[in-house]
Amino acid sequence: MSKLVRTAQAGTMESTDILVVLAPAEAGAGIQVELVSPTMRQHGSHIKQLIAKTLQAAGIADAVVHATEKGAMDCTIEARIKTAIKRASNE
Amino acid sequence: MKNAAGREIPVSIQGYKEVKPYAGPFATQPDGRMAGPKLKAVFPGTEKVLKSIEEAIDASGLRDGMTISFHHGLRNGDYVMNMVISAIARRGIKNLTLAPSSFLDTNDELIPYFEQGVLIAAETSGLRNKLGRFLTLNQLSKPTVIRSHGGRVRAIECGELKIDVTFIAAPTCDTYGNINGVDGPAACGSMGYAMVDARMADTVVAITDNLVDHPVFPVSIPQYQVDYIVKVDSIGNPAGISSGALRVTTNPRDLHIAKMAAKVIERAGYFKPEFAMQLGAGAASVATGKYLRETMLREKIRARLAIGGIPGPFCDLLDEGLIGTLFDVQSFDLRAIESIRSNPKHREYECSFYANPWNKGAMVNQLDYVVLGATEVDTNFNVNVMTDSSGIMMGALGGHPDASAGAKCTIIVAPLLRGRLPMVTDAVQTISTPGETVDVIVTDRGIAVNPNRADLLENLKNSGLPIMSIEALKEKAYALGGKPEKIEYSDDIMGVVEYRDGTVLDVIRRPIL
Repeated sequence: MSKLVRTAQAGTMESTDILVVLAPAEAGAGIQVELVSPTMRQHGSHIKQLIAKTLQAAGIADAVVHATEKGAMDCTIEARIKTAIKRASNE
Repeated sequence: MKNAAGREIPVSIQGYKEVKPYAGPFATQPDGRMAGPKLKAVFPGTEKVLKSIEEAIDASGLRDGMTISFHHGLRNGDYVMNMVISAIARRGIKNLTLAPSSFLDTNDELIPYFEQGVLIAAETSGLRNKLGRFLTLNQLSKPTVIRSHGGRVRAIECGELKIDVTFIAAPTCDTYGNINGVDGPAACGSMGYAMVDARMADTVVAITDNLVDHPVFPVSIPQYQVDYIVKVDSIGNPAGISSGALRVTTNPRDLHIAKMAAKVIERAGYFKPEFAMQLGAGAASVATGKYLRETMLREKIRARLAIGGIPGPFCDLLDEGLIGTLFDVQSFDLRAIESIRSNPKHREYECSFYANPWNKGAMVNQLDYVVLGATEVDTNFNVNVMTDSSGIMMGALGGHPDASAGAKCTIIVAPLLRGRLPMVTDAVQTISTPGETVDVIVTDRGIAVNPNRADLLENLKNSGLPIMSIEALKEKAYALGGKPEKIEYSDDIMGVVEYRDGTVLDVIRRPIL
């Protein structure tokens, strides 16, 4: 179980990558994802769900995520979120 | 009604001629006689050189509602189309149909003239950038008509596209109207597209920045087709006309695709002495030439003929004797421009000769192989090069449908995914080349052969290439990138994609953004 204590980022703005900025939120605020993606209409809701699911799997219920996606695949998105979680918590 | 490509086509389309649904690549035989320009006589002593574009517009008799054209041989360096249309707007002429051989990135400047009603319709082979977006999202009085290079000549010659005035960007022009594209500060090489407009438009205005004494040589467009000549400071920016020598890509994915495409050529059955080929201008298509060269040297097989728009690496093959003759409708880079100027085996030819489906045999009919790119391909082997994954017009048919119809073996090269968008899908957004003229799809993660071509499949069986079904390729793409959600479209028809014979292959509806 992770607890977010600071804002952290992971990833890049390169093609086929995603840049995520992860910040703690007040208890009960839930997970808010703001996404910028060139394929918003085709993949937007899927990517948002994947980000939320990855956070929940790490035991995080409240967070603010700003994500700029540049054609990243699911495995990349998960990896960047997991890294951001580590950087934002005291692990 | 459903056409032979399986697309739902309206029975009639507001602002478009009678709808004839696509019925197959060779289903239509023409009937009737060729259209032609108005007869005219220019008597001895007549001065053709006028002082300004405005004066030429007045002399041309251009009026509201007419159709004007331009050629796109100067590509992104062209100044002439924007320059002339702004002069037309100043003259207060409106309601014009603009029918260039293609649009390029620089034509975003034309958007205000569409908004003001100077221009009310467009007919073209391609649309780019903001202009493409504008014409996809804003309804004009007529839908944009999209034709292949061969289809455009056909439409002009059968009278469906009547050009009242053509304004020809002329890299070199003499004082009596002889034009070539190989000399001058804005040299572009082949004048293949302009040659059609020069012989078919009622009035021909040459716009040049290199006015020379009569007679110029060589002559691409002869004096007897040209009404007026205007000298301007510059017709184009050489940096945009040609970005120097087109280099073979270093992108490992494109090289991997190219290597496999070259092997498909070697093994598919037509790689024999004196074969004929066309390679597109995309990165993977050009790189295919690099690997094919190695194979040609190893097997001591040369091509008798290569055609199309010509990129520099093709000229190297010509110099090495690996290609017998190049026929060039558009010279893509500085290397090609130099080659067409100096090498007699590098021939200029016009677009009817290249690709017109309604003449007595275009050069594409002689092709063994063509290698072309794609924005999307679907499980019926239909290719889209016209709209992006959001349904916005951003590409060009070019000679894609023409070469695909003509060649014995049409090879499409594309990455399986761009970002996370699958390039092999259930159904392309827009069909620009019908699947029955497409034979092999080469992606970085696998190769599919059209099941109609059991012969190719048999020939490629023991090639060691990763051959799989098109469905398997699509599933691979969806597994990696996810299945994209469908784009929503309105009923408004923004573009009509004509097959090369003038039938309706597909329509482009306005996407709901």
